[in-house]
Amino acid sequence: MKPATVTSETVQPAAHLRLVSDRAGDTSGIKLSGVSKTYRTRDGDVPSLRPLDFHINDGEFFVVVGPSGCGKSTLLKLISGLLPPTSGEILVEGEKVTTPHGNVGIVFQNALLLPWRNILNNVMLPIDMKRLPRQEYLDRARSLLKLVGLEGFEKKLPWQLSGGMQQRASICRALVHDPRIMLMDEPFGALDALTRERMNVELMRIQRETKKTVLLITHSIPEAVFLADRVLVMTERPGAVAAIYDVPLPRPRSLDVMADPVFTELVQRIRKHFFSQGALD
Amino acid sequence: MAEPKPQGAISKLLNAAWVRPFLFLVFIVVAWDLAIRLFKIPAYQIPSPGDVLAVLRTEWPELLRQSWPTTYATVCGFLLSALFGIPVAMLIAGSKTVESYVYPLLVFSQSVPKIAIAPLFVVWFGFGIIPKVISAFLLGFFPVVVSAVQGFKSVDPDMVDLARAMQGSRLQVFRAVNLPHALPAIFSGLKVSVTLAVVGAVVGEFVGSNSGIGYVMQRSIGTFDLPTMFAALVILALLGVILFWIVDRIEKLVIPWHVSQREDVIFAS
Repeated sequence: MKPATVTSETVQPAAHLRLVSDRAGDTSGIKLSGVSKTYRTRDGDVPSLRPLDFHINDGEFFVVVGPSGCGKSTLLKLISGLLPPTSGEILVEGEKVTTPHGNVGIVFQNALLLPWRNILNNVMLPIDMKRLPRQEYLDRARSLLKLVGLEGFEKKLPWQLSGGMQQRASICRALVHDPRIMLMDEPFGALDALTRERMNVELMRIQRETKKTVLLITHSIPEAVFLADRVLVMTERPGAVAAIYDVPLPRPRSLDVMADPVFTELVQRIRKHFFSQGALD
Repeated sequence: MAEPKPQGAISKLLNAAWVRPFLFLVFIVVAWDLAIRLFKIPAYQIPSPGDVLAVLRTEWPELLRQSWPTTYATVCGFLLSALFGIPVAMLIAGSKTVESYVYPLLVFSQSVPKIAIAPLFVVWFGFGIIPKVISAFLLGFFPVVVSAVQGFKSVDPDMVDLARAMQGSRLQVFRAVNLPHALPAIFSGLKVSVTLAVVGAVVGEFVGSNSGIGYVMQRSIGTFDLPTMFAALVILALLGVILFWIVDRIEKLVIPWHVSQREDVIFAS
């Protein structure tokens, strides 16, 4: 790893920060072609997403950053099948998405654990919803809880856990039915800065061990660059792709990477998108 | 741990949940008695606590016998309001169309004084138990609906999305997420409802009945027998408290996870 000096030594500009074109013809992962969404309301049509075309590769850590209200959460609902797109089509593992397909695990900003279920049963919720054999998945649920460091908390009720622990349990819930894709909507937005950094490191480890395709939405540019293989920058509402950046930092990454000139330059570059557009929040 | 020693039986007794309201009750009764003596209030206006107690003692079998029809009508009316109120609330919370048609009318119907239309039930259903049950039901119904609608509506939409994204059917999601989430609100509605159902049953007995505590009150007012009337009031209050307590117990069994019940959970685990 490079020494953590941010000097003005001319970092080879933009050579490795090229815009990446999506590869075609690959059926694995998530493929969006011409996907747009317009909400019909009483006051007329409200466009939320302008046509989007991109491809998230299988096993990729894909992060979306964008200003508030740019339709990031709509994107997540479209991919999970909760909302139908107004135009275009979404392919998940080669299959067209029309209704909830269950091949996703979702993590929201709030842990959203059911207060009447203990931690283990909260993790088992997808199994109950999908009517899968409970017994077969109990061990998986327990080992996932162990993976995130919640061993011994299986019988606790959600309110007995801290915010970070609750969010870890909700990550287990997103993984218990072994989906190919994990969708995360500002998963650590409600946590304090220290816990947030720890959770980021942990999430990278979990992704490395489970090899899931991750689509994560965030407001934090450093968080995006730290976690991602590629970062998608969205424009203001109605959202469209402003740019997609490769993150050429080697893995496994530690928090030290944040002092790497490549890291800081990329953060700067992405930030410029928002300054040219106006405010980030 | 150098904790101060427990101060003995008296403070322990003071900390029991039922002792404090009981002490306060004793205080009120004493104040009542003193007021009658001090201001020389004649017995035909307000009876003394002693007279009421005497009636309660001598007339106990009769009062108990008369309280059964009232209890029966209250419980039936209450169960009906839960049985109809919760599904109606589900429909209102689940469909904007149903809500726009039904909810305003429901609120409107609440401003119709039940006591004014109670004689109508006597005309329709005679002097039996049915008018009382209907009257208890009408009073108990509204709070159940209002609370349950609020409970069903307060579910986090993200939570429902999460369950739906796992391919849960509508019924599954409802049973796993919406219904348990609404239970605390439903129970607070049921608690209001059960005490109002007592009032409803008595209203039913006022307008046309030859049994029940309401009938006893009506009769004793007619003969200026105030001690008996107050004794009937005491019985009614007891009935309300007991029914409320039963619903409260059921709530503790059904939703032990809720914030309001948490202390019990800590001790139990």
